[in-house]
Amino acid sequence: MATAASGRNETELIARIVAGERELFHELIRPYERMAYLTALAIVRNPTDAEEAAQDGLVNAYRHLAKFRGEAKFSTWLLTIVVNEARQKLRRAKRAREESLEETLLGGDREASPAPLTDWREIPSEALERKELREALRAAVSELPAAYREVFTLRDIEGLNVRETAAALGVNENIVKVRLHRARMMLQKRLVPVLKSATPARKGFWGRMPWS
Amino acid sequence: MELNCRHVWARISDYIDESVSAELRAEIERHLEHCEICAAILDSTRNILVLTADDRTFELPVGYSERLHERLAAELGGGAEPANE
Repeated sequence: MATAASGRNETELIARIVAGERELFHELIRPYERMAYLTALAIVRNPTDAEEAAQDGLVNAYRHLAKFRGEAKFSTWLLTIVVNEARQKLRRAKRAREESLEETLLGGDREASPAPLTDWREIPSEALERKELREALRAAVSELPAAYREVFTLRDIEGLNVRETAAALGVNENIVKVRLHRARMMLQKRLVPVLKSATPARKGFWGRMPWS
Repeated sequence: MELNCRHVWARISDYIDESVSAELRAEIERHLEHCEICAAILDSTRNILVLTADDRTFELPVGYSERLHERLAAELGGGAEPANE
């Protein structure tokens, strides 16, 4: 994440780019390339469209750079543009089969019960060397309802805070917190059985599942 | 107030983000000490957050950065100055 020091540096970079040192734009956006792609992916859900939306968003950010006044953090301003680009793309492609948030919010089980597991042993990060585990994690995030997936991606994958996430997505902070909580609980419920089976069987390793 | 498991689940996200009051935090921790189910749910949720945030889980497409900067180079070289309207 950008620090206060890089914030000052950014302000200076932006001024120089706007004044004509265009090439510095490459340097300006380098720290946000990953964030731009992941944000777009959370919205459009396929890698090709996400790459295109991220590119279009960053090109647009360049074109409108002189409008950036520093009221928001540069990263938030940039993400807002990428979010808009990705959403437009989604609409244009008519792929917006709006997962009905209402349905999820009103449908029965208000607070989904998490998957119980009494002897959770942590899956170490080294396990991510295994393709199946990475795929299972990506699939679980990808299959979250859109509104939850967007918030989860910005907060927990990209590491934005609640305020930045709310600003980039154009929702209020309370909504961010509620959606994040539900997203995490859905992922927990969905992934615990997957992670269990992704771990080499060891007697007593996973313990009993009292409510399963 | 004695917290039950459902209370703890409802606040687990805020607890992870350290956005609960000191009082509630203490109550949740008291519950976690004797409830191995909630403790396991908390650990598994935290573990999932670590795994999904790992750069290896969501990789950028091969050549993404190169293609992006090529496109930007074309824009920067050919396009107008950043608009100020």
